[in-house]
Amino acid sequence: MSAVDTSAPAAEIREPSFGFWRRAYAMVVKEFIQLRRDRVSFAMIVMIPVMQLLLFGYAINTTPHNLPTAVLLQEDTDLGRSILKALENTAYFRFVREVHDVDEFDNLLKSGKVLFGVEIPRGFERAVRRGDKPALLVAADATDPVAASSALSSLSVLVQTALEHDLFIGDPPSLPFEIRAHARYNPAASSRLNIVPGLVGTILTMTMLIFTALSVTREIERGTMESLLSMPIKPVEVMFGKIIPYVVVGFLQAAIIVSIGIFLFGVPVFGSLLLLALLSTLFITTNLAIGYTFSTLAQNQLQAMQLSIMFFLPSILLSGFMFPFLGMPVWAQYVGECLPLTHYLRIVRAIMLKGSTLQNLQYDTLALFGLMLLAMTIAVTRFRRTLD
Amino acid sequence: MNGAPSSPIAIDVRGLTKSFGGREVVHDLSMQVRRGSIYGFLGPNGSGKTTTIRMLCGLLTPDSGEGTCLGFDIRRDAEKIKRRVGYMTQRFSLYQDLSVRENLEFVARLYGVPDPRGAAREMIRRLGLNGREAQLAGELSGGWKQRLALGACTLPNPQLLLLDEPTAGVDPKARRDFWNEIHALAAEGLTVLVSTHYMDEAERCHEIAYIAYGHLLTHGTVEQVIAKSALTTYTVAGDDLNGLSAALAGQPGVDMVAPFGNSLHVSGRDKAALETSIAPWREKEGLHWQFSAPSLEDVFIELMNRSKDNFQ
Repeated sequence: MSAVDTSAPAAEIREPSFGFWRRAYAMVVKEFIQLRRDRVSFAMIVMIPVMQLLLFGYAINTTPHNLPTAVLLQEDTDLGRSILKALENTAYFRFVREVHDVDEFDNLLKSGKVLFGVEIPRGFERAVRRGDKPALLVAADATDPVAASSALSSLSVLVQTALEHDLFIGDPPSLPFEIRAHARYNPAASSRLNIVPGLVGTILTMTMLIFTALSVTREIERGTMESLLSMPIKPVEVMFGKIIPYVVVGFLQAAIIVSIGIFLFGVPVFGSLLLLALLSTLFITTNLAIGYTFSTLAQNQLQAMQLSIMFFLPSILLSGFMFPFLGMPVWAQYVGECLPLTHYLRIVRAIMLKGSTLQNLQYDTLALFGLMLLAMTIAVTRFRRTLD
Repeated sequence: MNGAPSSPIAIDVRGLTKSFGGREVVHDLSMQVRRGSIYGFLGPNGSGKTTTIRMLCGLLTPDSGEGTCLGFDIRRDAEKIKRRVGYMTQRFSLYQDLSVRENLEFVARLYGVPDPRGAAREMIRRLGLNGREAQLAGELSGGWKQRLALGACTLPNPQLLLLDEPTAGVDPKARRDFWNEIHALAAEGLTVLVSTHYMDEAERCHEIAYIAYGHLLTHGTVEQVIAKSALTTYTVAGDDLNGLSAALAGQPGVDMVAPFGNSLHVSGRDKAALETSIAPWREKEGLHWQFSAPSLEDVFIELMNRSKDNFQ
């Protein structure tokens, strides 16, 4: 009898500590079940670290190699050939085009098809033999100073080492010609000039995506979708109705950022402001269309946010905003080509810093247009017209 | 085209079936609704009322079955149906962050009403919402929200109103006003399909249908439905009704025993068996037995109990 009396209160005292774990365990089980059911969150758990690791580990390369380079050959001599070979052997440069007039050379740089240009002037070999120390012009697109400066800074040493074997330069080991490096568009190699235009695109990507990514899921979660679907409105109409207001918002946002860039950071605009405004509107619309697409794919607002982040992360890392695009491995460049930010960064940097025209930017404009149409097509076909 | 807009039948569907995740929510449902009538759609929660209404207005695609709504095929002509139907959802589904006027103007523009501002102003006047037109819809009380929702779905002059439990959570006065409005609209020639689970509302309908577990169990006028049930009901008043209720439940012929205030309704489909079972209590002191017509509620509860045995 006494055993019963003592055990009962003892059990009551012990109970809470077990109770804590039991309840916590119940909670843990429940959370795991919910997590497993929420496929998108589950995917994010795996995808985000894997993606970050891959991107940071492989794609990012601040000492880029194989940067596309054009050659302007004003004379065709053995010495010129040796120098080009030596430059290519440094692995910094990869000659993609050989041109014969200055305009073509300038255009290649302006359109961003090449990052470097090497010019071997007429009468170069003869001048070397005479000991005149002629200039070998290396022009770099310094809108991205990271890519340009490391290649330029090591240029003369590398060329010298490479040429020692080819040319019979005795002591003192000095180059019989002068390398004149010309950092175009951003002579001071100011990273501000590179980053401010880049920020225009990055900020717009983030805000535009989120504006529309929530738009459809919000209607579903608030229950207004049921009413909307029972009314005679077509998916394309819903999409344009949701995108257009934010085009205006995005345009204002872009205007604010560009103004700050110009007046506060002193970033020049060499190209046409009208062209910049037009192409910015295209970029804004493309991002809104992509955000809207996420909205039609996601089940709820949280998923829509997660999809936006999944898209935003590679946009920052692979677009050439943080790291030189042409210095990334080829697979990362292919991924980058699918991101609107990549094309817009080229556009905004080219217009502001290089004064490029629409003709120089044809490819990137078409790419943005294509991405916008693709997103809109997916969104319209994915839009659920019924509650099935 | 058969079932042209002038046809006397507004809704004509056969064999509608719909499943969600392997569970059949609506089973082989057929119904006809006459133009200009108020058709009551009754049934317990989760019986498939909302699903049926959504299939009628093109918000859900039936797994099988076919039919027309206002003469248009419910599968192929969903867009044409939407233009002519006003659907009032069970949950308030107008924009809470838009004002009364903004909501109405939005609806008017979507339907292409010629003068959206004027139409909205006229509807505000008709709803008696003058002075509240700038108020956000989310801040309105339940009764006003319901009036606004009705106003929004009648604004584009639809030919058919589908109202999904429009009076849930609305006070009796507002309910009565609401039903007066429905009758006024029907008098103008509008067809109204209204789902509810209030029995008194069922009696305000021209015709009713009862649906449980996805099956349409009975339909017709209230009188027809009661007559069709072939239910015999006795009303007992007196002492110790709880004891009597317990004693009678489960007796042969007694299908249902339900308290109604101070009396007890004892019902059964087999009149002879019922009367045999209650005979021992008929002459008991303190109990007053009376043969009575079953109420609509008796009929529905009995139908529901029976369908539960059949379908669950």
